[in-house]
Amino acid sequence: MSETAAVIEPKEKSGSRLERILNSGQFAVTGELGPPKSADVEIIKTKAGYLKGIVDAVNITDNQTAIVRMSSIAAGLLAMQHGLEPVIQITCRDRNRLAMQSDLLGAYALGIRNVLCLSGDHQRFGNHPTAKNVYDIDSIQLLSMVRKMRDEKQFACGDEIRNTKKSPIVEPRMFIGAAANPFGDPFAFRVVRLAKKVKAGADFIQTQCIYDMDRFKRWMEGVRNRGLHEQVYILAGITPLKSVKMAEYMRDAVAGLIVPDDLIKRLQSAKDAKEEGEKIAVEQINEVREMPGVSGVHIMAIEAEQSVPGLLEKAGLLPRPTL
Amino acid sequence: MIVAERKPLEELYAHAKKHKKVLFLGCGTCVTVCMAGGEKEVGILASQMEIAARERGDDIAVTEHTITRQCDSEFFDEATARKVEEADAIISLGCGVGVQFCAERFPDKPVYPGLNTKFYGATLEQGVWAERCAGCGECVLDKFGGVCPVARCSKSLLNGPCGGSSEGRCEVDPDNVECAWQLIHDRMEKLGRLDELEENQPMKDWSTSRDGGPRKVTREDVRL
Repeated sequence: MSETAAVIEPKEKSGSRLERILNSGQFAVTGELGPPKSADVEIIKTKAGYLKGIVDAVNITDNQTAIVRMSSIAAGLLAMQHGLEPVIQITCRDRNRLAMQSDLLGAYALGIRNVLCLSGDHQRFGNHPTAKNVYDIDSIQLLSMVRKMRDEKQFACGDEIRNTKKSPIVEPRMFIGAAANPFGDPFAFRVVRLAKKVKAGADFIQTQCIYDMDRFKRWMEGVRNRGLHEQVYILAGITPLKSVKMAEYMRDAVAGLIVPDDLIKRLQSAKDAKEEGEKIAVEQINEVREMPGVSGVHIMAIEAEQSVPGLLEKAGLLPRPTL
Repeated sequence: MIVAERKPLEELYAHAKKHKKVLFLGCGTCVTVCMAGGEKEVGILASQMEIAARERGDDIAVTEHTITRQCDSEFFDEATARKVEEADAIISLGCGVGVQFCAERFPDKPVYPGLNTKFYGATLEQGVWAERCAGCGECVLDKFGGVCPVARCSKSLLNGPCGGSSEGRCEVDPDNVECAWQLIHDRMEKLGRLDELEENQPMKDWSTSRDGGPRKVTREDVRL
């Protein structure tokens, strides 16, 4: 574990690579790695192979869309062993405050330094729709709990994070992330919700996939008007469209996601929709890169991790900085 | 009120079939208002059961009775006790509380639930009821413009809408469920209190809810 557990500089919160890149002012790139729906380690190895050296850190999803997958911490450790820095996702759907804090201790002990705090997709959408959900706390309360553990060295209940009264305090020092969806409603509340997440302890934000650039611009305006971009690193969410069918699915089946008609028309009239989708993604990356207050991109190539190197090459984001 | 729905006839028939004389016991309060287990529904169920028994050649005698409230011992009067005495089993059309109170009251008689108890709700229009309260034991409606996020947000979020709020609807069931946070936002805007929603709500104390174990209220000031 020694090669991954970096020494924390005084002003650093976690010492993670992602934190250092963002603090250095360089445009960050994060990716996403969905753990397998099995205990198959090879899948993680293969996916990690596509992303190693290509992204600064990689989100390890936590039973995304409420479908059972390998746990994010286990998959995160495996990804780390294959040369990636993981951002562990934790959702409020499956665990209560006890389980989450226990997982944070475990994740930190294994060398994990980034966490993304999410409400989680409702179980209605997954493969266990008859399950009971938890939602003991929400994503904003989760953020403040993770920050309290790091900065106040206390559990949610107020107890110090030490084994006995005589033991040293060993708190999990995480770089804390949250999600933001500028495309959900009510739009007016979306900047407020970000402000609440920042107040709760978010160090960085990854946004929902951006297709409606005008709406994203308006949201960023609101973010800047409140000065939130100076308090939190915002990574713009990019998901390359692979086909017209995918674009229509994203538009029709995913609530809180807007895919404008002109994008769909572009894909329809293109000779190669996949190539056009990549071209659109490169344009989007270039556009958000110019936007004041955007500190990086979060590439969510859903089950298409192999396409990320090519995309980033075309967007001029390679090679990634070395620290 | 407590909103309930009647169980399917087949499920109830399977219980009734185990006995010769079955009493259908209705309740005159919540489940009468939501048209699930009042006198009228008891009558309909009894008729359905009789017809089914006749068609299938089963020997099931059915009696009907409805009391004002099955969750209050004072309404279990002598007439009720007599009807119970004459029957081999009770199918209670009270809510889950009524069924249990019957079982406690008549420990020697099998008591079956006739309804599926759903939620604490309100009548939106004739024939439509919707959940409004989750009985969490510590009311927070003052903070949210009179719209409960615990009961009405699919994820019980206390700090604003998730990413699945779209055009006022909840992604979990857009046709039937409004986004509680859209409602909270709109109501607070009308009241000129939007700034209050910027406050971060801390973790809720669920010990006052079912999570603290089965609950009981004792009021010494009104006890006899």
